[in-house]
Amino acid sequence: MSETEIFDEMWGTDARLRAPYSGFHDWLECEDPKRLRAKQREAEELFRLTGITFNVYGKAEAEERLIPFDIIPRIISGPEWARLSRGIEQRVRAINAFLHDIYHKQEIVKAGRIPEEMIRRNEAFLPHMIGVEPPGGVYTHIVGVDLVRTGPGEFFVLEDNARTPSGVSYMLENRETMLRMFPELFSQNRVRPVQTYPFDLRRSLAACAPGCAASDPVVAVLTPGIYNSAYFEHAFLADQMGVELVEGHDLRVVDGRVAMRTTKGYKPIDVLYRRVDDGFLDPLNFNPDSTLGVPGIMDVYRAGGITIANAPGTGIADDKAIYSYMPEIVEFYTGERPILQNVQTWRCSEPDALAYVLDHLDALVVKEVHGSGGYGMLIGPTASRKEIAAFRRKLKARPGNYIAQPTLSLSTVPIFSRAGLTPRHVDLRPYVLVSPGNINVTPGGLTRVALKKGSLVVNSSQGGGTKDTWVLED
Amino acid sequence: MLGKTANGLFWMSRYLERAENTARLIETGQRIALTRLGDDDAREWASILQSAGSHPAFMNAHEEVTKEAAINWMLRDRDNPSSIRTCIEAARQNARLVRTAITGEAWEAINAAYMSANASLARKVTERDLTEVLQRMRQGTALVRGMILGTMMRNEIFDFLRIGTFLERADYTARIIDVKYYVLLPSINAVGTMIDNVHWESILRAVSGRGGFRMEYGAGGGPREIVHFLVLDKRMPRSLAFCVSKIEDNLRYLDPDGRSPTLRMVRDLKTQYLSHDVSAIFDYGLHEFIQSVLSALGDVAAQIERDFRFYE
Amino acid sequence: MQLEIHHTTRYRFAAPVTFALQQVRKTPKSTPHQSVLDWSTEVTGGTKQLRFEDHHNNVVELISFDRNTTEISVVSRGRVALEDNHGIVGRHRGPAPLWLYRTHTPRTQPGAGVRETARSVQGETTLDWLHALSTHIRETIAYEVGSSHPGWGAEDAISEGRGVCQDHAHVFIACARHMDIPARYVSGYLMLDDRTSQDAMHAWAEAHVEGLGWVGYDVSNGIAPDTRYVRVATGLDYADAAPVSGMRIGGAAEALDVRIDVSQQ
Repeated sequence: MSETEIFDEMWGTDARLRAPYSGFHDWLECEDPKRLRAKQREAEELFRLTGITFNVYGKAEAEERLIPFDIIPRIISGPEWARLSRGIEQRVRAINAFLHDIYHKQEIVKAGRIPEEMIRRNEAFLPHMIGVEPPGGVYTHIVGVDLVRTGPGEFFVLEDNARTPSGVSYMLENRETMLRMFPELFSQNRVRPVQTYPFDLRRSLAACAPGCAASDPVVAVLTPGIYNSAYFEHAFLADQMGVELVEGHDLRVVDGRVAMRTTKGYKPIDVLYRRVDDGFLDPLNFNPDSTLGVPGIMDVYRAGGITIANAPGTGIADDKAIYSYMPEIVEFYTGERPILQNVQTWRCSEPDALAYVLDHLDALVVKEVHGSGGYGMLIGPTASRKEIAAFRRKLKARPGNYIAQPTLSLSTVPIFSRAGLTPRHVDLRPYVLVSPGNINVTPGGLTRVALKKGSLVVNSSQGGGTKDTWVLED
Repeated sequence: MLGKTANGLFWMSRYLERAENTARLIETGQRIALTRLGDDDAREWASILQSAGSHPAFMNAHEEVTKEAAINWMLRDRDNPSSIRTCIEAARQNARLVRTAITGEAWEAINAAYMSANASLARKVTERDLTEVLQRMRQGTALVRGMILGTMMRNEIFDFLRIGTFLERADYTARIIDVKYYVLLPSINAVGTMIDNVHWESILRAVSGRGGFRMEYGAGGGPREIVHFLVLDKRMPRSLAFCVSKIEDNLRYLDPDGRSPTLRMVRDLKTQYLSHDVSAIFDYGLHEFIQSVLSALGDVAAQIERDFRFYE
Repeated sequence: MQLEIHHTTRYRFAAPVTFALQQVRKTPKSTPHQSVLDWSTEVTGGTKQLRFEDHHNNVVELISFDRNTTEISVVSRGRVALEDNHGIVGRHRGPAPLWLYRTHTPRTQPGAGVRETARSVQGETTLDWLHALSTHIRETIAYEVGSSHPGWGAEDAISEGRGVCQDHAHVFIACARHMDIPARYVSGYLMLDDRTSQDAMHAWAEAHVEGLGWVGYDVSNGIAPDTRYVRVATGLDYADAAPVSGMRIGGAAEALDVRIDVSQQ
């Protein structure tokens, strides 16, 4: 893809300043680059001091790293956001309806809109959830929808993170840092606040408490522990919500409830925001070797004694094979046309699609359906001929394991580098809170940016950074 | 509060206090060595290691005691669970564990102390830099204490922090008095000599007690008065009596009905060891007295773990 | 017919148990052909935490052991009224979709043995084929008490040529699913003709046949379950339907004592 086709969110494709950035641009014009450089360093210092780090696995000593922060905000106009958030809400509504259906009557399968095999052969389908009514009818209490943009009005959903999406602490800390460093920007631009997220999260979780809960439900965050890569975020959220941060060994089934060991004895928990994967959640019912979970929690859940957020088994909704059916899923449950587009997806299980994919391997991204990113993936345009040949064999051997998508030309937003402003590719993860009858999309979300020139990889483990994301009022 | 959190708070403050006290102990060793009158390095540093309770572990890792090795061991050896570096790392690890219980300011102060220790202790510290590095370590932990005192609610979180601090401090003061026993062990006839006085002086310094002692006793005061000052004086913030009464106070806040075995044990400790006059201590034998107090403090710590469900 | 059931499970430990949880599936199902007149479970040395109905419509009770206990007993008793249905349990009822029973588990994962068994059995209709399968398994896999391991899967029993009722059921289920016939494991009580006292629950299999619904096959006894059979728990394999499954910390040297009495009233 040639450089000229890339849409820059500040400068468009024709180097004309786009409206949402005008206020910011005026400010930038008057700023001394030296002061900005100093501010950039100051921001890093701030992050280091507050300990906003992620742990790197596979090192002798768990190393803590900072995710680079860029001081140029990513700005989205009010009308742009209005459409986006409507689309996200619609999608999340459909996902919850889908999950309820899949774990109950499976009308969508009976209607022939999704093949039975898609569910039956799906490792993310959790039989233990069949027939379970999650308190308040909510499956995905927190969703992080990964979006990319390719033009002024073109947004695509890349992935629906319906299990335990992470990164929201960066969204909050990025804003906090910008407010501390450039307060004047926020008096000049009317930016919609994100700081109520922890409060909203707690209220939203409490609203999903089971029937047996006290009038002020006890909420807790379950973390795998201080060596987990996202421990900082778990502690941050518990702290901001004003709830306990617990580990598996703090919890036990007592009097039919899941209770935490306090200095004064065991105290029951009503809502558990768990940041532990399904398989590790309950050694009695799932992986017996797990030390991160709580034996019997699934039994308590099925007896209606606790709310687990997100509900177990929601992985079926963000599975890559199911992803390709999202347009059908949205239509089936909402009766509306999807507002947000899916990336075109070829299901290699289908012969025609497979033939097309095999013919265009050098232009496509091929992903494993149940893998969680990175492994067993082919990025055609950057792969060597040898890699493509090897992948072709894998694909032919087990076509049902793969899907393929075109490589999108992701939009760019400038970053502040030594050479001044230079464009870099970005994505966006807005965070969505779901409670009975209410879907709340926090304005903005986490913008991840590929700091390497031309790179499309925004992952923090592979040289990605983050930006503050602004949604303007009106 | 979670039992685990109480545990984390208790150990966070213990480790912070221990880091500071290890710094004090190195200073004391340095001082005794510098002001010695014809004695040899090795014996004095061995005494310091003995009073820190880490002499056997040190000898496992080293052929002989040298000043350099002893200082390095106490300052930055990761195999030494009481080295300043280990303590500050452990304090921060516990702070991470209880991140939600302490204020942002307290956490940032701990993180700053950790970053400063990391930078200062990355390489061997030369004798020339030693004073400054120790100073920096003590300032770091003092800042944390200040942030805790200045920003945290007086609730059970605070109580566990205080109990940890004062248990560790009592333990250290007891040990520092015992330094005297170890240093003088081979030459009992030195009692009352010039060296003896220098030693007592160093011990007062090690607990920041020189000025306070002079206020109380003017130019006078010998070993008896010093022991009274360090063990029984309720206004001296590092004396055993002071620390134990703080432990008792905080336990009482946690357990207003006084039902916990811990509180009973602390009260027994007070009656048994801290309610007599100083001659009773000397009659009992100072070293024996100190050893008994240390063991009673250990029992209290173990009982706290049980009473407040740190683990089970 | 009305049966009276008395089921005692007793564990003794040489060292006290620090912590343990058990899922107990001993309560008979209520179905059109089987009504539970009364049923109760009493626990000593432990505490009943909760009960729920799982996705196979099994009643599951969760029991915790009292701290430092060295002995725990679970005593279930009650009466069940049965109507003869000639082994036909009837139409599938949810919540689990029927296709779930076509999914393999590690214990039913077909290998050479299952494929060979399924191929060698002949039958005009599905029903015939299932009957022939049951007979074939009974003839080729000898029923020997204590000859197998509870962890065995279908392939293990086939290659060893022996097993108990659990193994017979697993082989039957594995072969049926291999032919894309929904099948499930059943654990239950069986009234014996010659005695009332037993030391284990019985196990058999059910397959789903178009038009009839679920049909029972007691492979080990070579008959269709009748009014002597009390259905307790069903599932994809033994793990789903096991009378007791649990985890334990501490409590060395376990001794297990099971006593079941089934008698006609």
